[in-house]
Amino acid sequence: MKPSPASDTRTTPDVVDRYERPFLLDLYEQMVLIREFEEGVKFLFLEGSMPGTIHQCQGQEATAVGVCAALDEGDFITSTFRGHGHALAKGLTIEELLFELFGAVTGCCKGKGGSMHVGNMAKGMVPGIAIVAGGVPLASGMALAFKMRKEPNVVVCFFGDGAVAEGAFHEGVNLAAIWDLPVLFVCENNQYGASTRVDQVMRNPRIADRAAAYGFKGQTVDGNDVLAVYEAAKSAVHECRSGRGPFLLELLTYRRTGHSRRDACHYQPQAERDAWFARDPIDHLGRRLIERGLAEQAELEQIRSRIESRFQAAVQSAREQALPTVEDLTTDVLA
Amino acid sequence: MRRLSIAESLREGIAEEMRRDSAVFCLGEDIAVPGGWGGAFTVTLGLEQEFSDRMLNTPIAELGFFGAAVGAAIMGMRPIVDVQYGDFLFLAMDQIVNNAAKLRYMSGGDIKVPMVMRAPIGATGRGSQHAQSMERYFTGVPGIKVVAVSNAYDAKGVLKSAVRDDNPVLIFEHKLLYGSKGARTEPGAVDATSEVPDGDYTVPLDRAEVRREGSHVTILAWLLMLHEALRAADRLRAEGIDVEVIDVRSLSPIDYDTIGESVRKTGRVVIVEEGPKSGGVSAEIAAGVTERFPEFLLQPVARVASADVPVPFTPILENAYRPDADRIVAAVRNVLRD
Repeated sequence: MKPSPASDTRTTPDVVDRYERPFLLDLYEQMVLIREFEEGVKFLFLEGSMPGTIHQCQGQEATAVGVCAALDEGDFITSTFRGHGHALAKGLTIEELLFELFGAVTGCCKGKGGSMHVGNMAKGMVPGIAIVAGGVPLASGMALAFKMRKEPNVVVCFFGDGAVAEGAFHEGVNLAAIWDLPVLFVCENNQYGASTRVDQVMRNPRIADRAAAYGFKGQTVDGNDVLAVYEAAKSAVHECRSGRGPFLLELLTYRRTGHSRRDACHYQPQAERDAWFARDPIDHLGRRLIERGLAEQAELEQIRSRIESRFQAAVQSAREQALPTVEDLTTDVLA
Repeated sequence: MRRLSIAESLREGIAEEMRRDSAVFCLGEDIAVPGGWGGAFTVTLGLEQEFSDRMLNTPIAELGFFGAAVGAAIMGMRPIVDVQYGDFLFLAMDQIVNNAAKLRYMSGGDIKVPMVMRAPIGATGRGSQHAQSMERYFTGVPGIKVVAVSNAYDAKGVLKSAVRDDNPVLIFEHKLLYGSKGARTEPGAVDATSEVPDGDYTVPLDRAEVRREGSHVTILAWLLMLHEALRAADRLRAEGIDVEVIDVRSLSPIDYDTIGESVRKTGRVVIVEEGPKSGGVSAEIAAGVTERFPEFLLQPVARVASADVPVPFTPILENAYRPDADRIVAAVRNVLRD
């Protein structure tokens, strides 16, 4: 399936002129952070250093970074089993994530959550909900709390294309619609639910169209153009914060890595992979910054190598972290 | 002192908690429609007049609004979710079992889920999908508390404790015990009214209660079966058999302190449950009693429960399905046979 991003939302190169250089470099660095983290974790996993499983987001960096850059302090996100990128974009540290993946007691969930449940309420991220679409009603309820207490915050609910088939999606977005809840529903449509192509599981593959059926607005955006994502998210968040109800933002993107560990993606046709890889979100922003004279190749390379060093230092530290004890097994069940 | 029905005492309890704490709110189907029923069993009748912004009528979307309740709770609200029939809890299982029960643990203690869920259960001639006793599906889930209220005093006190508790609490109520009036009167209803004091009081969530003292046999029961057990105890007294009847009330955790005191006294235990015999809560209690008090048991723990079939409609079969005083009396005689 050829990539068909919503070309009417693709930004032109001069969009970068609207923004300050530090802001743009920060977006770039955040995306590189996610890519380096995920690639590093993949290696650790394959070498056998890390227990459990992983669901990674290489290729999808612009969705997490673009959306989270549009949020204010006090806004929350819900995430899925594929939440490492969301976590880093929301402000969790390399260390608290990596320590959690190593199962250490100093991890963001004290080693009791693992890869699919990373989160930190103080930083506005609910632990990942690993049941597909399970976070959708949850996000509506969180937004209900903001609304009932007259607080100006919004909830961003991340989910994938696979989630829209679940009943929880239908029920959750409908509640947000009827009660005008401040939720931004963000569908990261990476064309596959696990190994199943999106056009096999829905007749109308334009997921944003569904919003109209519930009486609110939706938009489909090129999810590999971080500034397009940022601008659409900023506008959508403003809508939600105004009390006019939820918004459905569909971001078209592509997974460069397997669904989970040891998935070699043989179900992705080579031509499709090539076409999407040519539109890599990090390369895309990098090329633009260089073209518009806002950064040099060497500078971008330094960003990458600085992050790689930070990651390696975190791995050293992770290997030395204390694990939970048997006493920790039975704590934190009930308050 | 006033004598109230369970529906009336719950209504008072919910209203008092909403007055006390602005974080408390209710959501459910048909719970607060002006001119409506106040929920299928009249519990929330009229509450929308005083609490118009905190009584939310939901679409028919249990998975959705239970999930929304979890979301509101993790952000510090204290929702009371009303499921119209306990049988519909199955639609919300993922949000209850995978989210509400687990968010605290998998967050390493970062999250609290202070939500109350209320569910009417029991066979009442409506057919198998509006008749189940489904406590067993929840008592085995670490991370939620499960209680069952058999009278109006307990209903109000337990409701208040549940609202104030920082954990998910599932309260089972019985359709035949509400004492709903008027058009919503239940045929076959049993009197579960109590004297209810004015003013604030709570009933602890994790305790059983001795309803009738005795020394020959211990009967453990809850909800409608508690009332059947008391009837059986009255009949047995005429035969000189002195039965202690305990309202289990807390189904998770089980109060083995109160139960244990009784087992040490009588050495004979009969557990009565309305749900099907296989895989029920009484199986768990039987195992728990046997593990803890083996040297006191003079007979194996006995269970009286419903048949292992879906709940039938026709009254003659529904009555054959469910335990009654006759079957409880027979079980008591059986554990005394030595």
